[in-house]
Amino acid sequence: MDYFLTEEQQMIREIAAKIATEKVRPVRAELDESEEFPWEIMKILAQSDLFGVYLPEEYGGLGGGVLENCLAIEEMARACIAVATTFSASGLGAYPILLFGSEEQKQKYLPVIASGEKLAAFGVTEANAGSDAGGIQTTAKRDGDHYVLNGTKQWITNAGEAEIYTVVAVTDRTKGARGASAFVVEKGDPGFSFGKKEKKMGLRASATRELLFNDCRIPADRLISREGRGFIVTMKTFDVSRPGIGALAVGLCQGALDIAVEYARKRVQFGKPIIAFQAVQHMLADMATETEASRALVYAAARYIDSGAKDISKISAISKLYPTDVAMRVTTNAVQVLGGYGYMRDYPVEKMMRDAKILQIYEGTNQIQRNIIGQELNKEYGRIKETFF
Amino acid sequence: MHVVVCIKQVPDAKNVRIDPETCTLVREGVESIVNPHDWYAVEAALRFRDEYGGKVTALTMGPPQAEEALREIVALGVDEAVLLSDRAFAGADTWATSLTLARAVEKLGPVDLVICGKQAIDGDTAQVGPGLAAHLDQPYTTYARRLELQDGGQLRAERVTDFGYEVVQMSLPAVVTVVREIGDPRMPGLKHKMRARKLEIPVLGAADLNLDPEEVGLQGSFTQVVRVFSPPPRCDREMISGEVEEQVEKLIQLLKEAKVSGL
Repeated sequence: MDYFLTEEQQMIREIAAKIATEKVRPVRAELDESEEFPWEIMKILAQSDLFGVYLPEEYGGLGGGVLENCLAIEEMARACIAVATTFSASGLGAYPILLFGSEEQKQKYLPVIASGEKLAAFGVTEANAGSDAGGIQTTAKRDGDHYVLNGTKQWITNAGEAEIYTVVAVTDRTKGARGASAFVVEKGDPGFSFGKKEKKMGLRASATRELLFNDCRIPADRLISREGRGFIVTMKTFDVSRPGIGALAVGLCQGALDIAVEYARKRVQFGKPIIAFQAVQHMLADMATETEASRALVYAAARYIDSGAKDISKISAISKLYPTDVAMRVTTNAVQVLGGYGYMRDYPVEKMMRDAKILQIYEGTNQIQRNIIGQELNKEYGRIKETFF
Repeated sequence: MHVVVCIKQVPDAKNVRIDPETCTLVREGVESIVNPHDWYAVEAALRFRDEYGGKVTALTMGPPQAEEALREIVALGVDEAVLLSDRAFAGADTWATSLTLARAVEKLGPVDLVICGKQAIDGDTAQVGPGLAAHLDQPYTTYARRLELQDGGQLRAERVTDFGYEVVQMSLPAVVTVVREIGDPRMPGLKHKMRARKLEIPVLGAADLNLDPEEVGLQGSFTQVVRVFSPPPRCDREMISGEVEEQVEKLIQLLKEAKVSGL
């Protein structure tokens, strides 16, 4: 398929694909087994300028947008979504600063994120606040020129490895969702530490830890936007980051499809390669169809967001929901096509199936995406005066 | 430091056939790649520059499309590139090639260090690096796995041998050929790749290098490819069996019969 990418976008894809094939694919099983953080690969991605593809040139980026970010993520995800998630989570941490940060905050943080010198992370989730961000219990109290943070964030991607954290904490308990605010916290800030590293089903090379705030004092100018804007910052960040999760899913699907088709062409049973059997053929056909539909959806959503459109919540949720549900099906069927081999840890599709599950959960479960889409539909049609009957 | 890295565009060895009539490579339909050993030369040159400052210029001799090979390595961060292309250069052996490259290095000068891959996968001669040093009248070493600039400005090189490595030291300017142990070639960078797309690559011919057409290409070559063939098996082979001691005795006996000196 030709998606009419610009020369620059094609270059992003070529470089990301080269790194994925030559540097990620050979080590993905080992990284999964050892749960080792992929620093070496992150350094290669930094050297290749990929961390800045979606950031403006004045902050050291390449001036691209969501689509450029998605292209890089997709190619990496084709080899390993644990590595690709580590990369994309830095973008997730950067978006609140890019979208809502002051000029000083952007100057201070974005260039080092764009160069890949430092990784970023985003901290919203807590033990009692996942889908319901209103349940956030971490507090930030103003104390002269400082804020003092207390509480614990949970399951934070890149925690411990990143240097720059954007964190949502409650500044005014009485105001509910309007009482949350977003802050930048730096690794090394007093009172800021990390909890234990989680043991996960998949995505094992990605670091997932707690952020512990124990009277953590940060300068008041670390507040992103204004007090009470934390919820808006979070929602708008997810609006632009969700196509990236769709891109992770598309890459993962393609990686699984690549292996499934190659295997089906080689595996001989009853005297024929199994791809000659319609039962297998149709599975592969469905996998290819859903993968391509997901890709077209992610690119279209990314382009729409990059056009500067404002009403992006619904399409953003759609571009996360559909490809990630597809990824679960496609990876499950890749295991099925490979049969017993597929179930063995010696072959990569087993890891792909384990990895796929997280895509339906993180950055808003797919149930939450359906909520967003449903609510947007309700709003959208509420504004229309005509009838379609 | 001005480092020049010499590269060669070669046919992808995975898909090469030899024409039995002409004994030459059939190039039609075969993809061209940067000689795999040259990626290590590029990496060595970039590391040397990153460590000691200066710039890296890539140099290649070949048909006009060899420009693509240069752009490919500029995407890794090489600063400048020069293509030596002239109909008169065609059919050059290692003598004529190294002479042409040497004149180009002199024209680019002053150059502190020339780095080449250990050999090209098409000719496999490993002669162009040393030949270049001879034409430039400069010291050289081959198969380097490590390059380091000493405080006095001398170049220290570790040279891989069959039995370990040798340490050699020489003054600059010099020529070295490197092996894969020098370090994995880096990945291309987006900014470098964008620059590579637009970079102006000068093309120099024989006249630009003050070379007489008689000195270059086929005319300037001392060697000629008469025939290309797969070598026949070298000799009859005999497998010795039995216990280790028996095998040793049998081997010694056979060597004595063959009148191998020292036995």
